[in-house]
Amino acid sequence: MRQAPFEQAHGEEWRAFERFLDAPLLAAPPFPPEEMPRRYRRLCHHLALAADRQYGPELVDRLNLLALRGHHALYANRRRQSQHLVDFLLVGFPSLVRGEWRVLAAAALLFLGPLGGLIAVLQAFPEFVHYLLHPAQIASFHDMYDPANTRLGMREADTSLAMFGFYIWNNVRIGFQTFAGGLLAGLGTVWYLAANGVILGAVAGYVTQIGYGDTFWSFVSGHSAPELGAIVVSGGAGLRLGLAVIAPGNRSRKAALVAAARPAVRLMYGAALMFVLAAFVEAFWSPLTAVPQAAKIGAGLAGWALLLAYFALSGRAGAAR
Amino acid sequence: MPRALAWAVDLALRAVVVIAVLMVAGYFGGAGLGLALLVMFFVEWLAPAWFEVYWNGQTPGKRALGIAVLNDDGTPVRWGPALTRNLLRAVDFLPFLYGFGLAAMLASRDFKRLGDLAAGTVVVYAPGRARARALPQASAEPPPFPLTLEEQRVVLDLAERSQSLTQERLEELAALPAPLVGRATGPAAAARLLGMASYIAGRR
Repeated sequence: MRQAPFEQAHGEEWRAFERFLDAPLLAAPPFPPEEMPRRYRRLCHHLALAADRQYGPELVDRLNLLALRGHHALYANRRRQSQHLVDFLLVGFPSLVRGEWRVLAAAALLFLGPLGGLIAVLQAFPEFVHYLLHPAQIASFHDMYDPANTRLGMREADTSLAMFGFYIWNNVRIGFQTFAGGLLAGLGTVWYLAANGVILGAVAGYVTQIGYGDTFWSFVSGHSAPELGAIVVSGGAGLRLGLAVIAPGNRSRKAALVAAARPAVRLMYGAALMFVLAAFVEAFWSPLTAVPQAAKIGAGLAGWALLLAYFALSGRAGAAR
Repeated sequence: MPRALAWAVDLALRAVVVIAVLMVAGYFGGAGLGLALLVMFFVEWLAPAWFEVYWNGQTPGKRALGIAVLNDDGTPVRWGPALTRNLLRAVDFLPFLYGFGLAAMLASRDFKRLGDLAAGTVVVYAPGRARARALPQASAEPPPFPLTLEEQRVVLDLAERSQSLTQERLEELAALPAPLVGRATGPAAAARLLGMASYIAGRR
């Protein structure tokens, strides 16, 4: 068959396919959507014929472009995201955390180890803080946790909404960096975890030692569970990437990395949500001084219990289903 | 190179958005500052991924430069890979100005930065709409024997370039495909090839 009759025989079909792609959500598509896969296969067939019969480049290019666009339209599967999210929160994320408990435990050790260790060390040797923090930083922490403040953890002029924005911008970024650092054979993650653990431990230890402990702990207890938890999860996700680079097993490094990135980025969805929750608590609940301190410490401890129970128990029935 | 330019376009757009938001936020004091920081967070981390998922794999900068992100198997990217490659941008940027990213691109076959390697994505030239070729006027002349697709393309490309070549160079090139132009040389060969280009392009 020569090119002209070929075009004449199928031109109308190609034009319909093109109109369908241009407006797939139109009220009146040129053909019912369920015909799409069959028509796509026919188009690919025509493309192969046109190329094999050495028809003009213009026709071949046109069919090739249509086939490409058809391929994208077919394979862009759009699942309903909302249902997805609830499922992820109740089942997917906690199951994933249980499944990846080894890297998460390692991340927790790297982060909470220096944190707890420094708090203890600074009670005995308070001058040690000067190796870790700049005098200006120390002064600003004096300001933030002075027991005379009416609102805690911030300078007097800041509003809660401004702090919320700041916590999201700053803390989530730290989480993302901790995760991304895993790509450098895990070294970046280890560094961010340990460095943040050291800074937080230094501040907590120092402020407690100089007698501002009551205000400090009542400020941080509320959001400590979601925030520290989120950092540990980000670190675990980063270590997952790092492990794939260091010990890819019997895959190529690249294949191992792609395989590790899938659960890791799902951990990051969860970590990001925890960060948002933490920022919300930190901005709107933690600074309040009207609430008695015992209540705030209690709420913080309850937060930890809830978080651990969520990770340990949620979605077990769903996973077994 | 288009990737660097696309990044620069995106950076400029982000800067415009952030500056605009900061100017408006200035009127609302602390609350405005909070919102501005939220916007900064979104445009830096989430907006690129959003664009890549819902805009045919293209951020505004990529669209301007005609490139797009796809999965390795050629399917459109979804949230997982899009977020993976955008979160890992933080590492590609190290130690300064995409140093690691550039090293990874030069070392990998498909010019992938680290984020692309981990996400299993690849940046490609987006297929453009078929553009009309600008061919010189010539009376159509069928080739002496059927040409393959590649050969047809070569003849068309030569005809398209003929205006930017000197007459001497065109004649020199036209004399090369001896089976097509036979004994003709110089102006005669050039005229025959341009005629065949017209025939292939469908002007018969």
